[in-house]
Amino acid sequence: MSDLAISTTRLTKRYHRQVAVDAIDLAVPRGSVYGFLGPNGSGKTTTIRVLLGLAAATSGTVELLGEPMPKALRRVLPRVGALVEGPAFYPFLSGADNLTRLDAADRDAPGRTRRQRVHTALETVGLTAAAGKKVRAYSLGMKQRLGIAAALLGPRDLLVLDEPTNGLDPQGTREVRHLVRSLAADGTTVFVSSHLLAEVDQICTHVGVMSNGSLVAQAPLAELEGDGGVVHVLTPDPALAAATLRRLGLAGVTIEGQDVTATLDQAGIPTTDTATTDTATTEAAGPGSPAVEDVVEALVADGVRVRGVQVRRPSLEDRFVALTGEGFEVAR
Amino acid sequence: MLGSSLFASELRTLFRRRRTQAVLAVLAGVPVLIAVAVRLTESPHPGEGPPFLDRVTQNGLFVGVTALIVCVPLFLPLAIGVVAGDTIAGEANLGTLRYLLVAPAGRSRLLLVKYGGAAAFCLAAALVVVAAGAAIGAALFPVGPVTLLSGDTISVGASAVRALLVAAYVTVSLLGLSAVGLFISTLTEIPVGAMAATVILAITSQILDTIPQLDRLHPWLFTHYWLSFADLLRDPIAWTSFVDNARLQLGWAALFGALAWAKLTTRDVLS
Repeated sequence: MSDLAISTTRLTKRYHRQVAVDAIDLAVPRGSVYGFLGPNGSGKTTTIRVLLGLAAATSGTVELLGEPMPKALRRVLPRVGALVEGPAFYPFLSGADNLTRLDAADRDAPGRTRRQRVHTALETVGLTAAAGKKVRAYSLGMKQRLGIAAALLGPRDLLVLDEPTNGLDPQGTREVRHLVRSLAADGTTVFVSSHLLAEVDQICTHVGVMSNGSLVAQAPLAELEGDGGVVHVLTPDPALAAATLRRLGLAGVTIEGQDVTATLDQAGIPTTDTATTDTATTEAAGPGSPAVEDVVEALVADGVRVRGVQVRRPSLEDRFVALTGEGFEVAR
Repeated sequence: MLGSSLFASELRTLFRRRRTQAVLAVLAGVPVLIAVAVRLTESPHPGEGPPFLDRVTQNGLFVGVTALIVCVPLFLPLAIGVVAGDTIAGEANLGTLRYLLVAPAGRSRLLLVKYGGAAAFCLAAALVVVAAGAAIGAALFPVGPVTLLSGDTISVGASAVRALLVAAYVTVSLLGLSAVGLFISTLTEIPVGAMAATVILAITSQILDTIPQLDRLHPWLFTHYWLSFADLLRDPIAWTSFVDNARLQLGWAALFGALAWAKLTTRDVLS
């Protein structure tokens, strides 16, 4: 058995002359929660369509759960739950009837347990009360939940969720995060595409970043987030503060109004995610930049009036923008 | 198993849909309209109005047959066009096509189920017209022995059987058109377009069938035998036209079924 749930080699999809996906090598480890990031139009959804056999690859190969796609589609897809480019349902059927129909479409899904599985899936996403309501009357968030329920109709080894929190309120977003975590804890591999970085930041173990059809980065989340950070000092004496920071050997000292910033490497940052000086406790700094509390001490000793100090680790967003360059603009 | 549960689901989805029910209700309205019109006016003479109209006053069960004749050129093609044109394009338009395929329904299996659904609708449409006709006919006219085209008189029970035979003939007649609609439906994501194209083809075929210069083409048109079920109203029944029609429809269904299959199994589903 392959230890990759999704693996592609040089996967390319061309529409006429437009290259939508350009020779990407995805490697999604089994059991991981893989965040598939990229600006709108970077080829995420096209990749997902090819992975699921909805569209044919122009060249390259796809393996899902260790089997070649689309050759083994019939064997593989019953073990895959998917939400592709937003939910889609029959507006004239109820939520439960929609799920029943999708389940009936899968030859491997046993008819005996259908009603029970539909019920369970609806319960999982909190739609039990609306199960008998026509989907026409559903809100966008309810449809999104129903879409996730459809992906959970059977026991799945892999979930492919394309923008799963689209249209959900903050409460719903939290529930989805919680759901993804609990599914992953049960051993299901989850492949989540998103342009919401905070979401990926919080639930993913691995990240792949798409830009203009290419996979520009792919790594465990911790690796991609990298080391170091930036210390911000808020002070009415910026020039004085900058001098002190330079004397301490910090790099990249810049002044912006009352905000003086400098780069800290890993040694200078407490181990909590984003720490402020009043809560931070750190081990003694090793070689490299001084610990942030030592920086503050030096500033005060030099007579700098410190109003606030904050250490910011580079967010995934910073890395994302650095990799894709185009922020959230539509690439093409 | 080919997936009887998907077929059952297809039938439920199709017939529980309000649009399908409305189309069937309109079809049921045709015999009612005919029966009421005949009842409110003088008895028609033989040869007046649609065929068999004069028989209606002898046996109310014939309202259904007369209504079928009225429906065949336009109403039934419209109804089939709506259902067959919607088969794949409708799912693509809703976006449910991608979810059915990811389920996975299987592209060939889905196509077969969809065609089966359209065929079931053809049968339902023909039966609704015959049944509604029989019901309104029995209510407004005497139900008694009826004279056939061959001059023989048959009993009430036998005439009901003949009416059902005509319904079966009409169902078979529509199988070719259903396959054409299915194929067109695989070409687009806009169901209304597929529906309109299907209906236009049915009308074009009927027009071509009336142009004498094209008589070599006529036996190949899927509409050619649409109204040739008079043989079923003779005694003994002459089956020639039934068999010719069935063979022709099978040919059209095979051809356009294959085209639809070739298209759907190779196409990227991007909706």
